[in-house]
Amino acid sequence: MKRKFNIWEGNFIYTLLAIVIGFVVGAILLSVAGIDPSVAYGSLYEGIFGDKKYIVYSMVYAAPYILTGLSVAFSFKTGVFNIGAEGQFVVGSLAAVLVGLFVDLPPVIHPIVCMLAAAVAGAIWGGVVGLMKIKRGINEVLSYIMFNWIAYYLSNYIVISKSVKDESVEATRLVKDSARTLMSDKMVIATGCPTVNWGFVIATVCAIALWFIITKTTLGYQLRAVGLSKTASEYGGISSSKIFMSSMAISGMLAGLGGAVHTLGMTGRISQFAGQESFGFDGITVALIAGSNPIGCIFSGLFYGAMKYGGNKLTLVNAPKEVVNIIMGTIIFFIAIALLFKRIMVSVSEKKNSDVKSAKED
Amino acid sequence: MLCRKETTVGNASNVDMNEVAIQMKNIVKKFGNFVANDHINLTIHKGEVHAILGENGAGKSTLMNVLYGIYQPTSGSIEIDGKEVVIEGPEKAIELGIGMVHQHFMLVQPFTVTENIILGDEPRKGLVVDKESAKKKIMELSEKYGLMVDPDAKIEDISVGMQQRVEILKVLYRGAKHLILDEPTSSLTPQEISELMEIIKNLTNDGKSVILITHKLKEITEAADFCTIIRQGKYIDTVKVDEVDENALASMMVGRNVEFKVEKKDIKPGKVALDVKNLHAKDYRGVEILNGLNLQVREGEIVGLAGVDGNGQSELVEILTGLMKAESGEITIEGVDIFNKSPKEIFDTGVSSIPEDRQKHGLVMDYTVSENLILQNFGTEKFSKHGILKKSAMKKFADEMIEKFDIRPRGCETRLAKQLSGGNQQKVIIAREVTNDKELLIAMNPTRGLDVGAIEFVHKYLVEQRNKGRAVLLVSFELDEIMSLSDQIQVIFEGQITGSVKGSEADENELGFLMAGGKKDEA
Ligand SMILES: Nc1ncnc2c1ncn2[C@@H]1O[C@H](COP(=O)(O)OP(=O)(O)OP(=O)(O)O)[C@@H](O)[C@H]1O
Ligand SMILES: [Mg+2]
Repeated sequence: MKRKFNIWEGNFIYTLLAIVIGFVVGAILLSVAGIDPSVAYGSLYEGIFGDKKYIVYSMVYAAPYILTGLSVAFSFKTGVFNIGAEGQFVVGSLAAVLVGLFVDLPPVIHPIVCMLAAAVAGAIWGGVVGLMKIKRGINEVLSYIMFNWIAYYLSNYIVISKSVKDESVEATRLVKDSARTLMSDKMVIATGCPTVNWGFVIATVCAIALWFIITKTTLGYQLRAVGLSKTASEYGGISSSKIFMSSMAISGMLAGLGGAVHTLGMTGRISQFAGQESFGFDGITVALIAGSNPIGCIFSGLFYGAMKYGGNKLTLVNAPKEVVNIIMGTIIFFIAIALLFKRIMVSVSEKKNSDVKSAKED
Repeated sequence: MLCRKETTVGNASNVDMNEVAIQMKNIVKKFGNFVANDHINLTIHKGEVHAILGENGAGKSTLMNVLYGIYQPTSGSIEIDGKEVVIEGPEKAIELGIGMVHQHFMLVQPFTVTENIILGDEPRKGLVVDKESAKKKIMELSEKYGLMVDPDAKIEDISVGMQQRVEILKVLYRGAKHLILDEPTSSLTPQEISELMEIIKNLTNDGKSVILITHKLKEITEAADFCTIIRQGKYIDTVKVDEVDENALASMMVGRNVEFKVEKKDIKPGKVALDVKNLHAKDYRGVEILNGLNLQVREGEIVGLAGVDGNGQSELVEILTGLMKAESGEITIEGVDIFNKSPKEIFDTGVSSIPEDRQKHGLVMDYTVSENLILQNFGTEKFSKHGILKKSAMKKFADEMIEKFDIRPRGCETRLAKQLSGGNQQKVIIAREVTNDKELLIAMNPTRGLDVGAIEFVHKYLVEQRNKGRAVLLVSFELDEIMSLSDQIQVIFEGQITGSVKGSEADENELGFLMAGGKKDEA
């Protein structure tokens, strides 16, 4: 006899529940603000699924979120909280754009080199924080946040410097066409989305690769071991400092790659920031919704990208697009308390089962 | 000696047969389809010490967790002081006067002893926690029961023995009427154990009842009034301890006869494998804990390190395995320097070890059994190729180990280590370390928490390593274990080896004298 599957033991149902609650809370707030939630959600839905083009746009939007989500999820596996994905994303964008502007390379090769540069930049940005943690014992959360600001100001400084600034806008010039990751004109016509690009494919490949690393390789074995028990891992001869370094560098690499995918695919340039853009911070949301599962990040990244994209259209019905942020915040909140909820549900349903059983036994 | 009947506490019994304190009826507890408790009955009277005996994985801790409200029984009922109750959680259990000292410590590592004891029941002065009065109360309890602790030390810095004492104090601090002690003595020294037995006696004098889980038959015959035997989740019998002897208990529990004596063939030890010279080290407080220690273990020899807890044996083992740095000295394995090297370098040079704290160092509790079995060897050709794990080789190896080392339940390789019973967790570590088959095997309390059948088993493996020409350093608080296994016994006192006795000539009194700091010629 096989053990009966208890739906309350998985994570999926709680995530789903949290999402539903998120929308309910959003609806309540909309009504309070005097906006009919059905109209607002209707336009949100329309904005995402109303046209094939919109769906493609959502995927384009999702790519960088999937990558920053992966970055954060990966760090969680080793027990590190990569709140620095934001800064890594920025230096990644910067590296990609600079190589895209100043290096001459044939198509295909050019974006690959840009992405490599971005990955390296992100890895260094995360790796230095790792180095400070293991060599000097400096709390990584603090240095991550500092590095976010350093990246932010560094980017703004470079964006307005003479050699890279566009003459007419507060942004860099557009990268060379050879550096873009745009898909062919045929695809643009077929999808109706002018910025349709390889970002989503790249992100998906990364997610699968990461899943493979975590579950199938010796590196993944060590990463998880250190995340679960640093003492036992060290006892077993795993050097936790080395593992922290690799995990923080790989995590930075992913966020950096996110920056490249975003700039080479969608924007073609970096604008001057008025505040932190929050791709990295949103990666935390994506990772949490995915329960740190790399494959899950593809879906939660898509969800997040779609909500961001669709949310823009809320203004059409005079609803503030911040509603999307509130919904997302609520979801995270409920996912966080889902752990507690899960415990209760598992014990209640176990009890119910056993009540039924003992009633039968009598 | 093991068969001798000792009836000290048993005779001066405080049992009030007319007053039932705890009654568990027909308790069934299932985990999925696995039946951990299969219709178990247990009756505890006021003032009674009731032992529960069973092999590793028999379901003792599970039954106690049911009583303490951690698990809900699948079926069955519980009465406390004559009233049927549903114990929804530990809070309810505490309210009913039940206190439990768990088999594995439930302490917050970075907190101090005092903070841990008062956790959840903090005395207040206005809005702030009144640590001073708590400390006073703790010191009183500690003095009254002879449970010496350092109230300001952090848990992560103190020895396993002291952690256990903190756990016991925690329950006493909450004023429990019915105490469950799940293997409280497994990490205590003989001295501490007799003190604990004294405490138990005081408690029953007060009309409290004590449920005592232990694998040490001697403790049962010394301290318990009744003993309930469980085998593979099933209730076997409840016996009056006065009416049975240790052999009878052992065979009731295992279902066969158990050999207490280890067969050891005579072999000549070879060259020196482990050589420690003039080792100095300081503990976490900066106090000198090893004081110029010299120690040698030769190939084909088991050296037993005997000593009262806190004389430097834990630190010595941590230094030998690379977890702690020494101040000065020399350590070599087969002539290769391993002084202050990393755990990995030391392992590769030829040292494997069974650690003192199995949950902190021995196992990644949230890894499966098969993942835990390759903790040091995941990178070898056997288990990986080009950095990719060979899952089928891992499974095959785990199946082999489970079979060979009798890890229960069978087919547990995909279970998380934390889902195994304590004794079976220990067997996972032993399987891994013995199979590593290094020049030196360090075993620190290797049979802690094992049932008599399993102990027989572990001893067999230690002797087998020796017979193969490996060096074995056995550190144990069990004098019986040291005496029956060691070729050579070294006594450690205040960070130095103060005496040395041939295993075959050892005598408990002489060792006790040396362990207390006596010099050999004075004996
Ligand atoms: N949470 C759990 N999930 C699944 N199985 C469990 C769980 N806890 C215990 N078990 C199983 O129940 C059985 C009984 O375990 P228990 O811890 O009660 O044994 P025990 O008698 O205390 O053994 P030991 O002397 O080794 O401590 C074991 O086979 C164990 O693997
Ligand atoms: Mg147990």
